[in-house]
Amino acid sequence: MIRFENVGLRYGMGPEILRDISLQIPERSFQFLSGPSGAGKTTLLRLLFMSLKPTRGLITIFGKDRSRISRTELPHLRRRIGVVFQDFRLLEHMTTYENVALPLRVRGREEASYRTDVTELLKWVGLGERMHVLPPVLSGGEKQRAAIARALIEQPEILLADEPTGNVDPPLARRLLRLFIELNRLGTAVVIATHDLGLMEQVDARRMILAGGRLDIYD
Amino acid sequence: MTDLSVHHAEDQHAGKAATTQRAQRKMAPIVPAQNIAGRALVLVIAIMTFLSCLTFGAVTLVRDTASVWENQISREATIQIKPVDGLDMEAALAQASQIAGEFPGVKSARIVDRDATARLLEPWLGSGLNIDELPVPRLIIVTIDENNPPDFAAMRAAITPKLPSAALDDHRTWVDRLVAMARTTVTIGIAVLALMLSATVLTVVFATRGAMAGNGHIIEVLHFVGAEARFIAREFRHHFLVTGMKGAAAGGAAAVLVFIVFSWWSSRNMATPEADQATALFGNFAIGSAGYLGVVLMVLVIGALTAATSHVTVVTYLSDIDVRQPDAG
Repeated sequence: MIRFENVGLRYGMGPEILRDISLQIPERSFQFLSGPSGAGKTTLLRLLFMSLKPTRGLITIFGKDRSRISRTELPHLRRRIGVVFQDFRLLEHMTTYENVALPLRVRGREEASYRTDVTELLKWVGLGERMHVLPPVLSGGEKQRAAIARALIEQPEILLADEPTGNVDPPLARRLLRLFIELNRLGTAVVIATHDLGLMEQVDARRMILAGGRLDIYD
Repeated sequence: MTDLSVHHAEDQHAGKAATTQRAQRKMAPIVPAQNIAGRALVLVIAIMTFLSCLTFGAVTLVRDTASVWENQISREATIQIKPVDGLDMEAALAQASQIAGEFPGVKSARIVDRDATARLLEPWLGSGLNIDELPVPRLIIVTIDENNPPDFAAMRAAITPKLPSAALDDHRTWVDRLVAMARTTVTIGIAVLALMLSATVLTVVFATRGAMAGNGHIIEVLHFVGAEARFIAREFRHHFLVTGMKGAAAGGAAAVLVFIVFSWWSSRNMATPEADQATALFGNFAIGSAGYLGVVLMVLVIGALTAATSHVTVVTYLSDIDVRQPDAG
């Protein structure tokens, strides 16, 4: 589904942050992306999300060469990728329901056509009661689940989550992990960027470790 | 589906009620309605529109007054006959008046009679003056059809050979000076208006960009959830068009109110010395339809300008969103 071949990235004239990265994310796969803080996990996720272009190497996403994807094509491809940001990025003037429905709303869909789906999904992530609450009132864990629900509402083929358990206590982290596993079982490929070793030990999944700009993969 | 859903199974009833409520409630706008920067933007736009409209009104007032001055002066010309030896003044006045009156474009030629001439000289020479004892020049006032003025050169050529002591003054010097002054005033007014409009444009542009700066995170989120650039630009354009129009309409309405108050004051004080003085200088305080049309036009232009600025800001933001440095991670 996504393929990197000798990908390198540098900002401006600075040193290379990522060097010779080669990886493949197959459909329905589950993997962790780990490494120390500042190793470039977020940058690698941004490359996966097409929010950055590599300075060298080849990235193929859904069978398309990244360097040939036009600006107008990007939004359509992005809808096939769900992203959970480390800082959630929920819009504070919108309720949980409205935040989760946002990806559908920006596609111009009528509210009546997605109301049930959004409500069901919010219940599934355990936010049925907090549907009409504004983000400032939500706890860290609730915000995290709202961000996950927003990433899932379009039933993406791949979910990228940046430190999804960084702001929650261990029991909730386990529940969120089970949510991701369940999602994976339903057919979505999952990439979780984390430096939480405890979390990784709970699942027998592929691990991609970033260190010094290079990536080591442990299947 | 998972234990998470089981956890909240009991919420189903509450969820249903909430869904019904949801159906009745309008979705929050994608761009938040107002924040402090947004309110400041409305205020700045209102103030700048108000000042621009006042300047525009003042310029139309000065322009109308200037054209009134010009026309009033050019409505009349004067023939002056100086007394010389052997000249029968009354006959000369009648002859000159007749010659002038025959010219096309002359409505009438009126001789300023002895009494009127004496009254004219009274401030300098006192009353009880016998005009015939003094070598006082006499005047004929020629009233002109403004739309079809006579040929003054031909008139002068017709009068001078017959009456060498007669001089035709078509007030050209005065008119030229007044016209020059009026035109200068209007030019200065237009320059002030141009400066005012430039200041308004720049203020609106910078205030809009300031208000947009607080919306960067919204553009980013919309971009990352797969919104197309034109969708994001349209949302912001619409929001800022409404904001701009609100401010501009408030400023324009305040300016129209000032115009109405002035014109009411001027009509209420009509025939009082103060009002006569003001009318003599500025004409009527009434702003013509051009003034009101200008206010409407300004409100529309400022609204469009605000929308265009937000559009450009969104497009610029989106074009460099993908090359910005990320947080280390």
